[in-house]
Amino acid sequence: MADTLARSRHDVGNDRLLMLLRNMLTQRAVDTRGFQLNRQGKIAIAMGSEGHEAVQAGTGAAFVRGKDLLYPYYRNTGLILACGFPLDDVFRSQFARATDRTGGRNIINHITAREMGIASISSIIAAQCTHAVGAAYALRLRKDTGRAVFCQFGDGATSEGEWHEAMNFAAVHRLPVVFICENNRWAISTPQSKQMVNKDIAAKAVGYGMHGVIVDGFDPVAVYSTVHEARERAAVGGGPTLVEAKCYRFLSHTTDDDDRTYRTREEVEAQRKLDPVPRFEERLVAEGVISEAELTALRVAITELVNAATDKIELEPSPEAGDLYSNVYADTYSPWL
Amino acid sequence: MAVATSGTTTMNNVEAVRQTLYEALKADPRTLVMGEDVGARGNVFLITKGFIEEFGPERVIDTPLAEASIAGIAIGMAMEGLRPIAEIQFADFIYPAFNQIVGEAAKTRYRSNGDYTCPLVIRTPYGGGVHGALSHSVSIEALFYHVPGLKIVAPAFPADIKGLLNASIDDPDPVLFLEHKKTYRLVKGEVPNGHYTIPIGKADVKHPGDQLTVVSYGLYVHQALEAARQLEGDGLSVEVIDLRSIRPMDRTTILESVRKTRKLLIIHEDNKFGGIGAEISAMVAEDAFFDLDAPIRRLCGPDVPAMGYARTLEDEFMIPTSRMAESMREMVAF
Repeated sequence: MADTLARSRHDVGNDRLLMLLRNMLTQRAVDTRGFQLNRQGKIAIAMGSEGHEAVQAGTGAAFVRGKDLLYPYYRNTGLILACGFPLDDVFRSQFARATDRTGGRNIINHITAREMGIASISSIIAAQCTHAVGAAYALRLRKDTGRAVFCQFGDGATSEGEWHEAMNFAAVHRLPVVFICENNRWAISTPQSKQMVNKDIAAKAVGYGMHGVIVDGFDPVAVYSTVHEARERAAVGGGPTLVEAKCYRFLSHTTDDDDRTYRTREEVEAQRKLDPVPRFEERLVAEGVISEAELTALRVAITELVNAATDKIELEPSPEAGDLYSNVYADTYSPWL
Repeated sequence: MAVATSGTTTMNNVEAVRQTLYEALKADPRTLVMGEDVGARGNVFLITKGFIEEFGPERVIDTPLAEASIAGIAIGMAMEGLRPIAEIQFADFIYPAFNQIVGEAAKTRYRSNGDYTCPLVIRTPYGGGVHGALSHSVSIEALFYHVPGLKIVAPAFPADIKGLLNASIDDPDPVLFLEHKKTYRLVKGEVPNGHYTIPIGKADVKHPGDQLTVVSYGLYVHQALEAARQLEGDGLSVEVIDLRSIRPMDRTTILESVRKTRKLLIIHEDNKFGGIGAEISAMVAEDAFFDLDAPIRRLCGPDVPAMGYARTLEDEFMIPTSRMAESMREMVAF
């Protein structure tokens, strides 16, 4: 069983391929569960990343744990899982339990994991881009080489002035950042054509004097290879890269959105035919990396993990009402009530 | 106030800012200054002149003209363990950074439940009386003091500037450090040598008195003091409190003073509606209403978008010392 998929410049062995697959299947299972929990009235909102699995699995595989830093955005549950974030903690966020890393403060998927290098997530679009650049500057100032900062965002973020400022500053100082745009073509209801004239977001990199590269966001191996290369270049002082991973958002923006009000079923169905999850499954089966039976067993195992996590976390307590008042400042703070 | 070294040096406000920044850069490799024209030019008021030669361009960063990212990049640095001291060249230019300061810096600790912190100082010159017109004269404190998670400091004397700037740099949370630009070279004073801090959130009674409490900050503290001294000659006793910190606000000092004098006049340059004086008035009305012998009064900037460029228009906006004295007399006589 040769690693016939390792066609790129980087070795992508069977272990890594299976890791990518496992992550993508977990993402899909977590998404599905989130929507079920929302329908059951158990969580206030769910936010899926269906269609983004390959980008996030590939990016996560390129992230070097214990070294790299990640400044994610809100649709990055698959990515943080791929970077080592525990599945239980994803559900703690969904259920807003006291055990959630934000203590149930932040809305679903907006986690924090400093010890893993995963920054606290803000809902404000592109707000994390300048933070990622500042973090990269800190690495540079400390001569902390061999490390890189991953900055993740959607196509909508590229319209923000702060996004431009972040890109520009990173380029001026040749900072170790990899900017990864998950271009799903829709900023909630606004299509790319109303956001920009350019067909390719990566083309904007030229204007900043940085590397820009387009990758098929439905192909996790291609994403991994591309992001890995950008990461390696950044970590040795070669400057930032803007990676545009073209993907698609199969679901509505969140459970509070209805995409039938702004895009056709034909468009969504056409993209569904390219769904990266079954496509990657078929590819690995065809290449002999995994058998049908092993694949079925893997799916069952993931479902069981997700079921077990859901059942366990649902029983955990909600935060105490008084928790509202902590961590406003470092010192003891008495709010004016 | 903990003073490490004995002796004092006379300096003006701009020198106090400069010396404090210099000593911070010297003492702590995690610190850096960043902003527009802070490097080769040494800041438009020459506060950081010579810094780039001494500390290098990595720690004295000439940023692009992009205030949102000055704040945002500084936040990222702070989240990763540096102690950035960012500068907004004029407070009037801070609006593009509002998103980062209010939405991000102030909420980093809270949002992450203490996982991440944001030990960041943003310094900026504010205030008028310098022919700065619409975009070089504004007071911005009221736009930010509504925001829990932020601290806001606005000292008026060189010794307070040094102690509070040191405290701001040491502080584990984001601090907006406001410097009234007209006081930069106008105000001189004795500054203790060596490193010391003044706690953020503590007001200072600059002139004791028992017939009226005047609360102010920034440039107007100096004018209020002058007026209080004039009234002293006529046997009137006015207590002048320099707020120094706007958030957290020193309720104790204000309430203790009001309970003693039974009258309160608040003076600030920023316009009256929704200004700092509104909060102080509300606090005193809630907590010391029955101690008052006169209605609370606020002497503030007029409710117009900005002071004008022409001298007549600027003078109309700014409050002369004579008017402060007049208000004080009226309050004492009430």
